[in-house]
Amino acid sequence: MGKLYGTHWILTLLLAVPLTGAVACLVGPERRARWTALATTLVALALSLPLFWTFSTGTAEFQNAASFPWIERWGISYAVGLDGISLLMLLLTTVLMPLVVAGSFSQIGRRERAFYASLLILMMGMLGVFVSLDLFLFYMFWEVMLIPMYMIIGIWGGKRRIYSAVKFFLFTAAGSLLMLVAIVALVHLHQQQFGEASFAYADLLRLSIPPRLQLWLFGAFGLAFAIKVPLFPLHTWLPDAHVEAPTAGSVILAGILLKMGVYGFLRFAIPLFPSAAMNRGVVAVILLLGLIGIVYAAWVAAVQPDAKKLIAYTSVAHLGFVMLGVFALTPQSLEGAILQMVNHGISTGALFLLIGMIYERRHTRLIADFGGIARVMPFFAMALTVVALSSIGLPGTNGFVGEFLILVGTFQRYPVVAVLATTGVIFAAAYMLPMVQRIILNPLTDDENRELSDLNGRERAVLAPLLGLILLIGVYPQPFLDRISPSVNSLIEYVEARALPMEAEQEPEIPAVAFELTQREGNHTLEEERGEIGR
Amino acid sequence: MILDFSSNTDYLVALLPEGLLALAAFGILLADVFQRGDRPEPSGAWTAYAAIAGTLIAAAANLWLLLEVDAGPGLVAVDGFRLAANFILLSGTLLALLFAIDYQRRESMHVGEFYALLLLATVGMMVLVAAQDLLLIFLGLELMSIAVYILTGFNRTDPRSAEAGLKYFLVGAFASAFLLYGIALLYGVTGNTNIADVVDRVVTGSAEGEVMLLAGVLLLLIGFAYKVAAVPFHMWAPDAYEGAPTSVTGYMAVGVKTAAFVALLRVFSVQLAPAADFWTGIVWWLAMLTMIVPNLVALVQNNVKRMLAYSSVAHAGYLLVGVAAGTAFGRAAALFYLAVYTLMTLGAFAILSLVAGKGDRHMNLADFRGLGWRRPALGFGLLIFLLSLAGFPPTGGFVAKLYILRAAIDAGEVTLAVTLVLASLLSYYYYLRVVWKMYFEEGADHDVASSNGSFRLGAALCAAGVLLLGLLPGPVLRGFEWAGSDIVGGAAATTAIEAPRPDAPANPSAGGPAP
Repeated sequence: MGKLYGTHWILTLLLAVPLTGAVACLVGPERRARWTALATTLVALALSLPLFWTFSTGTAEFQNAASFPWIERWGISYAVGLDGISLLMLLLTTVLMPLVVAGSFSQIGRRERAFYASLLILMMGMLGVFVSLDLFLFYMFWEVMLIPMYMIIGIWGGKRRIYSAVKFFLFTAAGSLLMLVAIVALVHLHQQQFGEASFAYADLLRLSIPPRLQLWLFGAFGLAFAIKVPLFPLHTWLPDAHVEAPTAGSVILAGILLKMGVYGFLRFAIPLFPSAAMNRGVVAVILLLGLIGIVYAAWVAAVQPDAKKLIAYTSVAHLGFVMLGVFALTPQSLEGAILQMVNHGISTGALFLLIGMIYERRHTRLIADFGGIARVMPFFAMALTVVALSSIGLPGTNGFVGEFLILVGTFQRYPVVAVLATTGVIFAAAYMLPMVQRIILNPLTDDENRELSDLNGRERAVLAPLLGLILLIGVYPQPFLDRISPSVNSLIEYVEARALPMEAEQEPEIPAVAFELTQREGNHTLEEERGEIGR
Repeated sequence: MILDFSSNTDYLVALLPEGLLALAAFGILLADVFQRGDRPEPSGAWTAYAAIAGTLIAAAANLWLLLEVDAGPGLVAVDGFRLAANFILLSGTLLALLFAIDYQRRESMHVGEFYALLLLATVGMMVLVAAQDLLLIFLGLELMSIAVYILTGFNRTDPRSAEAGLKYFLVGAFASAFLLYGIALLYGVTGNTNIADVVDRVVTGSAEGEVMLLAGVLLLLIGFAYKVAAVPFHMWAPDAYEGAPTSVTGYMAVGVKTAAFVALLRVFSVQLAPAADFWTGIVWWLAMLTMIVPNLVALVQNNVKRMLAYSSVAHAGYLLVGVAAGTAFGRAAALFYLAVYTLMTLGAFAILSLVAGKGDRHMNLADFRGLGWRRPALGFGLLIFLLSLAGFPPTGGFVAKLYILRAAIDAGEVTLAVTLVLASLLSYYYYLRVVWKMYFEEGADHDVASSNGSFRLGAALCAAGVLLLGLLPGPVLRGFEWAGSDIVGGAAATTAIEAPRPDAPANPSAGGPAP
């Protein structure tokens, strides 16, 4: 046990489990596919949960890390590892997946084998993105995810599913292709500066990149991630994809896929190109787009007649907050941003599940078709209220902790931005509360709504963990913050130490980072110096 | 064994794979005639098996050349570059034969001549990739082309096939004329057809006849551009590809392209490297156009075969980026790309030929509706090939594109690299369109024939190869990297590369610390 959780094997196992499950789904009988998938995701969850406790807090080093040569010729390795940020993302994935699978039981009635296999391959891709420490490996997982998602939207989606699936695919692929060119450019620089090609994250961090070039490369990486987040003008694929996807697809999209964009900024774009990420112009543009996203999405959400579309737009607003927190680059704002990523995954995931549950009963998602269903569905009404309040950020729920930290952190550096962003919290109440009111309160007039049955045991079991987490993180976020903060602090230190003004001429100093390679080199130099002194 | 080309037997040894393959072709042709006589019945299955055996023997001879034989400069090269290309060509031929057995059976075209011609075309391709002399290049090119013209029009009862054959022949003859005229000009200036000598003249830069020299090089380039179907010399390709029997389309898409590209790389990026200033600009524009135009046109194709034809033209554009890079790394990248391209293109055309059914009637997008559910294995295979053509991980197409991108960036061709990925983005749309027909829609009404063993073997080999080259490309990368640099260059090319070197260690004491 201790052995497993101290090495990379737990991560490798976590990647292998969904893949095995996917194959088992495909070859097994149609009726058993759902149970195979549920069992696979539960096994993954059970395997991953102990990581939360075996993870040693107080260090920013990558844990459970390992690196094996894969395509030696090109310096490509199978390199994985966990830090505080990827730990939470990994757990978010493993927690949401069993709920997604169980939540799909009644909605997916055809081609179940392919559906659950797609979900599991998607899961492997997501876990892979969060643990990869090699850019080739990362890019592979990043792209591999697209295909099952394309299938999930395209095969089991709503009326405009094909349009939405293709739009989702092309938008995401457009960004990642330019990122590929930037990755190749990084490898080329490594070849120039160190004499051999390498795709390893630790190696590429050692590069000294001229600030001008950093801007271009940051642009290429940033575009890929900004589309995924999605940042304001690039968000148009999101409402389509969310609305047309089956519930499982929407939950995964909102809960996990969007987080990959932010994760990409935190793990790759910012540390690899610190000068660009600290550049005033770049920060101003991203903060501005984040702000526009918060306000614009809130206004658009307020007038949506379709509940699912409304929730889709709230994602744009919430992720705008997260981006503010990331680019304000203060310890609180970053901690808040990462916690808010988890929170958004939980609350928006729960919202999509809830809407999916009443859609299955009434086959409509129009808010106007409901009203007063609290009387016939009390459990549903309770759940929707709690989740909506968490989404708004009411104190006592998880949303409050995240948003508060982001705003406090941002205020230290950009007070005006923080003040403007705070209006977004008010707008959030302005679109979320009326929706709740129109669905569960108001008079119960429609006859069809009188017939609705309350959530059954399976549905309650799916929602219960999410409701529990909402309250747990709301009142006791400390264990989560403990795991994030070393990584956040080391990221900020690293970036601030390495950022150069745009026209700087001098070579940057390489600060003492936790990576073994650098350390070894450092020792070597010291020894040499000692030798010289001795002579 | 060391060959110095002082006697004719040395040439026989150096051309052993080609010779054996040609023997197999003539053997099939003769034996088939004697066995069938004038009865109008299909040839025995043995003709196909004999062709496969011939290909395998040629591959074994090629391996022997690789391991045991070393050669000095001569009319034919015995270097890693040629032998690696031979392996690609022979595996392409082998897979094409496996698919052809099934196709010819379904179309009742099982005749010995087909297999003999296929082998002869391959002999031409192999001569082309080995040629160190302009006349030999022409010889190989013609041997290949004439056999492929006939194969294109092989289904003579089908007007489309006949039209395609004629069109290909006319345009091909035109291209040959360009090439021959270019050779004639070069010969006129230098009095020699050996590329090395021609290059000497280019390097020493004797002003006399310089215009003719450049015109010769330009015409040579145009001739090659026709053969690899680079825009704007590509117009014949979609028509010829569409009209040819589908078993031939796959073969000509991979074989002709591989052979012509390898020869292009040998002549331009190695031997004419000293004149790079002159031709790089032209190749740069050819690459740009060839990446953009066919990808745009393919977007609106409803006929899958025609769409794949345009896509194959677009792949020539990606390959031209490797040529424009002009480095050993670029050559290795192109070789790797050609290997992956061979597997994925043959696989895609093979599945298309099965779906198209008798007389190649069902080739529209609508005919692919629901294929993924009705024939899961077939659909999944096509999915893999399409993803690889699009350049998606974890397939070989991704590694190949990454290779070309690295070559381009290493050579400083950032614009080409960015264009390449944007062109790939366009291609995503039309490749995915087939995927969405296969999985998102229901209800094509025609039955897809079942495949036989040789088809399944071929498709499984293609799919396994594509995935293997995507996940564990290490050994193959190493092989091609060696092959890209193990290439017999003209004497001038070597001096041009070596020239700056003597300066470097000129004063070794200056850099070192004084004692």
